[in-house]
Amino acid sequence: MMKNAPDIFPPRWATRLLSWYCKPALLEDLEGDLNEYFQRNVQAKGVTRARMIYILDALKFFRPYTVRKPEFLNLLIHYVMIGSYIRTSGRSIVRNKLFSAINIIGLAISMSVGLLIIAMLMDLFAYDNFHENGDRIYRVIGKYEFSGKSDFGFMATTSLKAARAIEESFTGIDDVAILHRDFSGDVTFGEQAIPLRGFWANEGLFRVFSFRLLQGDPVTALKAPFSVVLTEKSALKIFGEVDVLGKTVILHRGEGPEQNREYTITGVMKDLPVFSHMKFDMLGSLSTRQVTAAEDKREMAWDNMWNTWTYLLLQDEAAVAGIRENFVNLSAKEDKTVPHTHIELGLQPLKDIMTGEDLGNPIGTTMGSKVVNIFGILSFIVVLSACLNYTNLSIARSFRRSREVGIRKAIGALRSHVINQFIIESVIIALMALVFSFGLFLLIKPHFLSLEKSLQELLVLDLSPMMVVAFIFFAILVGVLAGIFPALFFARINAVQVLKNLSAIPVLKGVTMRKVMIVFQYCISIIAITATLIIHQQYKHFIAYDLGFTTENILNIELKGNKAELVKKGLEELPEVRGISQSSLIVSIGNYWGTMMRNPHDPQDSAAVSYNLIDENYLTIHDHKLLAGTNFKSRAGKVVESEVIVNEEVIKSFNIGDRDPAKAIGQVVRIDGKNMTIIGVMRDFNYGRANDRVQEGKKAIMRYGPDHAQYLNVKILSTDWPETYSKIENIWKKIDPVHALEAKFYTQQIEDAFQGMKASLKVGSFLAILIICIASIGLLGMVVYSTETRLREVSIRKVFGAGEMRLLLILSKGFLVLLFIASAIGLPVTWLFFDMVFLREVGNPAPIGFFEMCVGVLAVMGLALLMIGTQTLKVARTNPADVLRGE
Amino acid sequence: MKGTNLGEFEEVVLLTIAALVNDAYSVAICDELEKSVGRPAKLGVVHAVLNRLEEKGYVKSKLGEATKTRGGKRKRYYTVTNGGKAALIKMREVRDQLWERIPELTLRKA
Repeated sequence: MMKNAPDIFPPRWATRLLSWYCKPALLEDLEGDLNEYFQRNVQAKGVTRARMIYILDALKFFRPYTVRKPEFLNLLIHYVMIGSYIRTSGRSIVRNKLFSAINIIGLAISMSVGLLIIAMLMDLFAYDNFHENGDRIYRVIGKYEFSGKSDFGFMATTSLKAARAIEESFTGIDDVAILHRDFSGDVTFGEQAIPLRGFWANEGLFRVFSFRLLQGDPVTALKAPFSVVLTEKSALKIFGEVDVLGKTVILHRGEGPEQNREYTITGVMKDLPVFSHMKFDMLGSLSTRQVTAAEDKREMAWDNMWNTWTYLLLQDEAAVAGIRENFVNLSAKEDKTVPHTHIELGLQPLKDIMTGEDLGNPIGTTMGSKVVNIFGILSFIVVLSACLNYTNLSIARSFRRSREVGIRKAIGALRSHVINQFIIESVIIALMALVFSFGLFLLIKPHFLSLEKSLQELLVLDLSPMMVVAFIFFAILVGVLAGIFPALFFARINAVQVLKNLSAIPVLKGVTMRKVMIVFQYCISIIAITATLIIHQQYKHFIAYDLGFTTENILNIELKGNKAELVKKGLEELPEVRGISQSSLIVSIGNYWGTMMRNPHDPQDSAAVSYNLIDENYLTIHDHKLLAGTNFKSRAGKVVESEVIVNEEVIKSFNIGDRDPAKAIGQVVRIDGKNMTIIGVMRDFNYGRANDRVQEGKKAIMRYGPDHAQYLNVKILSTDWPETYSKIENIWKKIDPVHALEAKFYTQQIEDAFQGMKASLKVGSFLAILIICIASIGLLGMVVYSTETRLREVSIRKVFGAGEMRLLLILSKGFLVLLFIASAIGLPVTWLFFDMVFLREVGNPAPIGFFEMCVGVLAVMGLALLMIGTQTLKVARTNPADVLRGE
Repeated sequence: MKGTNLGEFEEVVLLTIAALVNDAYSVAICDELEKSVGRPAKLGVVHAVLNRLEEKGYVKSKLGEATKTRGGKRKRYYTVTNGGKAALIKMREVRDQLWERIPELTLRKA
């Protein structure tokens, strides 16, 4: 037998929703119809499907003719009463100064972070809005797979080959803009030489993007080879004017005649808007490369996909599908030209470049949705925590407001009126908090921007009318969020009961919830502070990490294309300089140069090694220890490389000289097609960054190549650093008047390599402080409230002879238990997170310190105890006679 | 007053109401439409049309009896008003006239 169908009911909330929005006149019929269909569907399609259909239908009835028009009278009452609500809210705020202050300060602190996020998001979404055809511009992105493996995911770049193929054969595209990396160098005009950076670009650029030319014709500006378009700023820098069409400059890009070509200025464009995802000082015509790079086979190779950014202007958005299909065909055709390689092409809308996922090989700095998300979630927690405070305190104090609500209801206020009143009150408080939080926002803005260099490049955070509107909207939202629960709570109050007997109010009902809130807030506080302390410990550990050589007092100077000998000669005159060496890169800060090293006797015995090109002084200055053999000897001029110094790890992993350093000396290995004799074995050192997990940094070799030097490593013993620096700068300026001196101490460079960690440390400690502040403020409110309500109990206890200490214990016991529970949850969670997740991601972590785990909890606990102590002591010290006499 | 011309679906619904005589309420109309016209009619769409027809004055409605299948809710029965009847007749006349003017209409193989 079939189940008795009418016993199954449709979802109640859907019915309620319908009866909420539907006109009373139509309601009965609609409900009846839905019910009839529901019963039918239960028989035919089963209960779950029937429920689904019921819900969908209930939603589908939401049409203009079914929706209930707001009742005019009710609206009028709301309108009339707003004045009254504002007045009573104002009174209530003034009457409870402490609680109002607690609420306003708590909300203000948390909202300042919210404002920061809003400002940040608005900046990010303002990117690239100035392009008139922005919604039709897409970027071609590429994924490189070798033997079925992709190491990087999608890149912002594609090959020039793909760009040209798309330009020639694809349909559905109006135009293609191609930008190629590295049109950079010193632009020379007369005596002036100014270093500028930019891209090679094709003529399509000015058709796809809305960059405006002040001088020149956008159609032809980038057409002829050896044309250059300058930005207004660059033109002013070089010539002091913008009327420079047709003048020629020499672009100095390095050694050799091929690198110093003459370019004609064919255009001057308006400076780029701040919110442009690509930034450049000048553009060179891409057709130039057809002349200069004509010989280069790699130029048009299908797998040379690291240097070109391609943007398409689609005819309309519907063309996307067809283009994707053509991508697949193109890949299938071209993959055959390169063995084992598959390149997948994709499309990315212009708008996603700034706000979407972070891609490799970006054309300019982007924020990445990951960072935005993390930051958003953190600030949401902070705002939520402050809202909880408000909710918590309001419900706890409902005792005092309930009689007012009772009277309102007795003279005819509806539930919705009461809800309105309390939401208006919380919105007023949130708006007051907005004023303070705006001040805080202005205060923290510069600090936030200086956290990381990329933030300064990306964001402005300038105030706009839109932003002010967003801020106010945000404040109202926070107000509603904070006030909704108290409002619903008060709306439920039964007028008769409240007016008859005050103790009938269900204050006790919310107790568990309030306890959970306190535990939650303190749990988050403890997690935040402990996490920050652990990251701080790791940071200190990595900064001071023993790399296996010394970095003390070494100043690394970037040569910037100048002759090493020349700079060296100049610097050697300074008495502070104790020694100078040369190197092709700075190790241990995250730079890698790698090559393959092979054992000539065994083709299988080969491995990737990291290397640095140095001179004969390098090892001495950096205090590298040689375990066997000798250092390089000075050899002048260009010599064929024939010697190499390797580290222990190399000896261990290669089958050379019985893996014994002493015996390895004199053995020959093959590197880059050259036979090289091992002349020394050095102690292991950290080639990579101290926290890099990559194993490649372990096997490191030193090659002799002073003519490849990019840096001078200058050992300096100076008592007056600023003066020494200005002396070095003077010497530099005499040698290179064009480029600014870039000299940094090695220790500073290592710190810079951990810049990201330092920034997250700063953000973390700031948020931890905020969260603790908010939790403390909330706790303070709760303590004040609960001790005040227990004043009479305390007085009676005192009369019967309870001592101060005893009272203190009784009053604070409840809170202490909550704090204890919070730390019992918070500490293990933090420890597990770092031990299982975070510290596994980094190499060479320091073990989590006992000190770091405890200090945070003790600090939070201490603060809480201080508040509980002072408040309870105040109550415990009252004269019982004063309290009890009033009865 | 809104336009009084009759849309195609409105006409079909109106005819269905007339055909169902005393038994025309929303669910029955839906079922009948599906059966006779052969197109599945969505409840929400039919309701909207009924509402529009009532606004134009072509149908009037009254509440009927409550049944258990409807969760104790009453049905709303629709009847075609004189205005509605006039509109239907006029529609038919227009069509008949046009039909008469067509000399020959057969389906040919293309």
